[in-house]
Amino acid sequence: MESPNFIHLQYNLSNMNKPRPLYLDNAATTRCDPRVVEVMLPYLTEAYGNSGSRNHAFGWEAEEAVEKAREQAAALICANAKEIIFTSGATESNNLAIKGAAHMYAKNPEGQTGRGHIITALHEHKAVLDPCKRLQKEGFDVTYLQPPADGVITVDMVAKEIRPDTILVSIMWANNEIGTINEVPAIGKLCHDKEIIFHSDGTQWVGKMPTDVERDNIDLLSWSGHKMYGPKGVGALYVRRRKPRVRLEAIFDGGGQERGMRSGTLNISGIAGFGKACELCQHEMQAEGERLLKFRNRLETELAKAIEVTQVNGNASKRVPNITNISFGFVEGESLLMGIKDIACSSGSACTSASLEPSYVLKSLGVGDELAHSSLRLSMSRWTTEKEIDYTIASITKAVLHLRKMSPLYDLFKEGVDISKIQWQTH
Amino acid sequence: MAYSDKVIEHYQNPHNVGSFGSSKEVQARKDVGVGIVGAPECGDVMQLHIQVSDAGVIQDAKFKCFGCGSAIASSSLATEWIKGKTVDEALAIKNTEIVEELSLPPVKIHCSVLAEDSIRAAIEDWKKKNGHATAVDAHAAHAH
Repeated sequence: MESPNFIHLQYNLSNMNKPRPLYLDNAATTRCDPRVVEVMLPYLTEAYGNSGSRNHAFGWEAEEAVEKAREQAAALICANAKEIIFTSGATESNNLAIKGAAHMYAKNPEGQTGRGHIITALHEHKAVLDPCKRLQKEGFDVTYLQPPADGVITVDMVAKEIRPDTILVSIMWANNEIGTINEVPAIGKLCHDKEIIFHSDGTQWVGKMPTDVERDNIDLLSWSGHKMYGPKGVGALYVRRRKPRVRLEAIFDGGGQERGMRSGTLNISGIAGFGKACELCQHEMQAEGERLLKFRNRLETELAKAIEVTQVNGNASKRVPNITNISFGFVEGESLLMGIKDIACSSGSACTSASLEPSYVLKSLGVGDELAHSSLRLSMSRWTTEKEIDYTIASITKAVLHLRKMSPLYDLFKEGVDISKIQWQTH
Repeated sequence: MAYSDKVIEHYQNPHNVGSFGSSKEVQARKDVGVGIVGAPECGDVMQLHIQVSDAGVIQDAKFKCFGCGSAIASSSLATEWIKGKTVDEALAIKNTEIVEELSLPPVKIHCSVLAEDSIRAAIEDWKKKNGHATAVDAHAAHAH
């Protein structure tokens, strides 16, 4: 029997026949590149072996796929293939890096305090902050750097907090909400000089920007497939093998896969797709970055021209090209999303959450609560077109103007009243 | 989360958007009651202006709202409901009626509460300006 061609399988999603919104939420997840899907499919259908099976062809071909992907992932960040550990994604990679390093290099045994000092920042992703919080409960000390208004963590900020017992620094490369780029190579150099392990969450960076773990002084680097046109549920952790050799205490116990650092049968199709996604990014990132930078500048310039009191959040130049985060004063983010419902993107407003707290990232930068509630994150992909950008500019402008007509805050602004000086009745 | 059709309709075509003048102008007008509730840092501010006759009938109402779609719909609906009502009738409107009319999910109930609060605040303001006993006065009298 001929095997089915899965690429042409009929989709059966309930809303597949309705017009799809324009997708500008690529910092949340990207479409899996069809070239990636093509590489993945045989490992779901025909070549379904377990790479741990050493004595038959099914196992060998699975292992071959994994090792090819490992080479592709390593090439993307100028590492050695032996330094790549496959995981389920950046959350797992961050957990393994942070908890694994803390436990391995702890100054005191379990149950005691003073087990070592860790430095991170307040606007890191929760997948970094929450492992750090757990380590605090286990007797580690954590310093959370307060980012400046432009969101960029500099080497000096880290240097000021280093103590004799600092064992780990974890600073993300690019921020997921505002796209700002921290001084990673310099922070890495500082850590190497002080013999401190340096981890970076590279989820929004790797595959978008040139990465060289040697040049950039990285010991541990996390990234994820689905933020760079690969599949969901697969990611990687780079673990330095020499100068210095970094060791980690595993989180999963089991079959000892991935050199004992990540037990569990490997996600062969996912890993094969991840490898292909890495290879595509390596070849396409430069042209893609240049194109998206033009789009981002166009978005920001045109929106600022059309709408008064807009603010681009984060450092103006030290940002990845595919993400912009803009606050539109006097307009609440969720209602703005409603006005541009044919554009899929995110808002810093958390009106739907029970806490009613706006984005903690924007708050940590000192962006006022009302401007945090008024923010949109637009993030582009390799498929974003100029036409889509122009449509987005027009849509957002129309929605903001519609909402300002009914905004009491905009009236007060027009009357010259300082909104921050008003005694609001909070609820 | 999907909005109900009624919320979307109010969002797209809000009823009675506007004001009876700048904040200074309405402050000086005895026939206008002003209610501003919520706070920008909480993500919603509702402003309700009511124009009330000497007999205590709400002749016209205008709203402005900084908030989510449900907040906009709640305030738009509130202006519809209070127009033509006496202030006492308007005070009897409960937030639960707004929740029901707009099919608001639990996470959006606070929007309806805010709308009810804005009606109360506007009527209080009108009463104070016109020397009527306000809820605050009644409360104080009760305490004596």
